[in-house]
Amino acid sequence: MAHGPAKGITRWLYTTNHKDIGSMYLWFSFLMFLLGGVFALVIRAELFEPGLQIVEPEFFNQMTTMHGLVMVFGAVMPAFVGLANWMVPMMIGAPDMALPRMNNWSFWILPFAFAMLASTLFMEGGAPNFGWTFYAPLSTTYAPPSVTFFIFAVHIMGASSIMGAINIIATILNMRAPGMTLMKMPLFVWTWLITAYLLIAVMPVLAGVVTMMLMDIHFGTSFFSAAGGGDPVLFQHVFWFFGHPEVYIMILPAFGVVSAIIPTFARKPLFGYASMVYATASIAFLSFIVWAHHMFTVGMPIAGELFFMYATMLIAVPTGVKVFNWVTTMFKGSMTFETPMLFSVAFVILFTIGGFSGLMLAIAPADFQYHDTYFVVAHFHYVLVPGAIFSITAGVYYWLPKWCGNMYDETMGKMHFWMAFIGLNLTFFPMHFAGLAGMPRRIPDYNMMFADWNMISSVGAFLFGAAQLLFLYNVIATIVSGKKATDRVWEGSHGLEWTVPSPAPYHTFSTPPEVK
Amino acid sequence: MATEGTYYVPEQSKLPIFASFGLFLTVFGAANWINGSDNGPMMFMAGGFVMAVVLWNWFSTVIDENMNGLNSPQLKRSYVWGMGWFIFSEVMFFAAFFGALYYIRNFSLPWLAGEGDHSSMTPEVLWPGFEAHWPLMTTPDMAANGEAAKVLGPAQNMSGSTVENVWSWLPLWNTIVLMTSSVTVHFAHTAIKKDNRKGFNLWLGITVLLGFIFLGLQAEEYIVAYNDMGLTLESGAYGTTFFMLTGFHGAHVTMGTIMLLVMWLRSMLKGHFKSDDQFGFEAASWYWHFVDVVWVGLFIFVYVFG
Ligand code: HEM
Ligand SMILES: [Cu+2]
Repeated sequence: MAHGPAKGITRWLYTTNHKDIGSMYLWFSFLMFLLGGVFALVIRAELFEPGLQIVEPEFFNQMTTMHGLVMVFGAVMPAFVGLANWMVPMMIGAPDMALPRMNNWSFWILPFAFAMLASTLFMEGGAPNFGWTFYAPLSTTYAPPSVTFFIFAVHIMGASSIMGAINIIATILNMRAPGMTLMKMPLFVWTWLITAYLLIAVMPVLAGVVTMMLMDIHFGTSFFSAAGGGDPVLFQHVFWFFGHPEVYIMILPAFGVVSAIIPTFARKPLFGYASMVYATASIAFLSFIVWAHHMFTVGMPIAGELFFMYATMLIAVPTGVKVFNWVTTMFKGSMTFETPMLFSVAFVILFTIGGFSGLMLAIAPADFQYHDTYFVVAHFHYVLVPGAIFSITAGVYYWLPKWCGNMYDETMGKMHFWMAFIGLNLTFFPMHFAGLAGMPRRIPDYNMMFADWNMISSVGAFLFGAAQLLFLYNVIATIVSGKKATDRVWEGSHGLEWTVPSPAPYHTFSTPPEVK
Repeated sequence: MATEGTYYVPEQSKLPIFASFGLFLTVFGAANWINGSDNGPMMFMAGGFVMAVVLWNWFSTVIDENMNGLNSPQLKRSYVWGMGWFIFSEVMFFAAFFGALYYIRNFSLPWLAGEGDHSSMTPEVLWPGFEAHWPLMTTPDMAANGEAAKVLGPAQNMSGSTVENVWSWLPLWNTIVLMTSSVTVHFAHTAIKKDNRKGFNLWLGITVLLGFIFLGLQAEEYIVAYNDMGLTLESGAYGTTFFMLTGFHGAHVTMGTIMLLVMWLRSMLKGHFKSDDQFGFEAASWYWHFVDVVWVGLFIFVYVFG
């Protein structure tokens, strides 16, 4: 147990150490972030001007699909699992994850799954081209042959997520240091506990829906075929029963990260800790009964429209509680704006914008106009980019000194922040206008009247992309040659993870600490 | 013996990376096979073989660790949580298919037949003459296109028991077999709790036997369905939901039977399990109870009210 890491490549292949596995998750996620980013830039390059210039429409569809899939399943989700691997055991005073070997398995499935998914780009008929939501019958009757590989890739990613989630739940429920009661846990641990629950509840449903597709495509079943008594709309119900909780899977851990960072730099304890816990739980509960807000236009009965409209609006209440608590935590704090805090403050503001556009979309009659336009694209990018991605970035800057023992370069961090901040607003804010004016999503060409907004979006996208290269450089420079960090790292930091040396030793809390 | 407060964190392990590779090979082979590539079957088999070897070694390792007293009570609780949440994930997997059945019966079919306040002309134009019934014998395709229809309903369905012939109704026997096996596995549990090895082996053996009987009956049912009833996976929404639900259930019974068989062999050949240490068996028995509960759902919603 007292050993350090093994030498060479086998350290990474055979490891059972939560820190090693956390690092692998994070690096893998960054790699996927770049890959998904390249796909996005192909899209934005094509949309720079009206008309078809760079890629074929068919390939364009493959790009939108692969971009969404890679970002959701390859970048955002693994990044949060990486953060959980690193931080949850240290935050609760555990020696490691509860099931260390399974932990390694969860990670190593991912490179295989994504290699398989990416390889579809080179297959006959091309990669999946039916959008990341893969609606039947586009993904069944009219799908390219590579859909089979897509289905199996989703299956094994799902297995990875479920095992990862089981591990996190078992760790949190079973491995807390003496005295670490549930209501003393850092909010990041709480949000992950609830996220893991959501994952175990809905990833199997995703597995179910792709299985139904597989059967319809290759074995003659009629789940999504009206000729046999099934219904394509059934696909959407099952998919969104997974899909909506999935968006909360991508944002709840973000809430946890931000709730760790803001108190540190406001030098005040988190305002309303208990209400934050209850709000997280309420959001998780509500996320199971709002799924059909993605389907207002499919022809649901009026009772369904109304139910899903009101249930969706209800989510704004616990979400509002959270935003209120972050703002109140900052209120009259002695704030400083180091890079993690910049990203967190931007998170609070910009995520709220995304929440508001979500509320607009939740109004069923209004959604008849907004649905499948760039307004929806603007909405979910506001919750995902300055939401999920910014919180991950903030978390990396915040904990990096603890991980590698070195301090990152603050100037470069701030530069990264401002480039990303300006870049993303340039990219996504104009999409609101293009969408309200009626520009449909997922098209390679568009009416002249949308030209200006699109050009701005494309410029912003490349700026945002460049910012991420700076991020990569900054992280590598920190690891290789950063200044030594202190154990506390931040003046205002609290929690068990800051009581161990920087860099955190290979094994921490082999004997559990006493929490008062 | 490990005590509370020390948690055994295994050193490096080769198992997971090989498991990842095996899993990849299995699904990559399966996808190639399904898409009609020649080397698909080979890859699939090779993947399955790798998985089998890895899992064998993995479980052996875990068992050895436990025998050597490395597992503290706390670590054992991790396994308990792990198995519990795994079963919950399985519940949700079945929920998706039960949900599909519910949606098709209660929404899709009536709407295809023109019911509802939102339906406008679509049913009349696309599926004229279609009427919603369950079991769905006449598919919308048949109603609209007659002879030219491609998606045909079954000739007979599974929900045809009357009071007189109920004792020759296979699903009822399947239910009896599976319910009984849940009781016998419970007896096995009480036996091992009292270190009564003979009783344990006997009751567990009976459970495994009942598992096999269930699978045999299920196979018989499928054969009759395919050969005599014109009921296949391709028989429209009825065939789809019938075979997918019972099929996945059957696959889980197979898994459960294998798990219990392994536990039985461990006890018979190696003398594993004691009154205070039988988690491997317990986990398998929870799984067995879960499979049983799913069957009750199937019996009600697929057969009785089918
Ligand atoms: C106040 C909270 C929110 C509300 C009321 C809300 C509401 C909605 C509605 C009604 C739609 C469907 C729009 C349409 O397709 O016409 C939608 C789409 C979407 N939302 Fe939200 N949302 C909220 C928060 C979030 C969060 C936190 C995330 C993710 C982190 C998110 C991610 C998405 C995504 C990815 C889509 C589009 C999926 C697609 O069609 O590709 N939303 N939202
Ligand atoms: Cu949603």
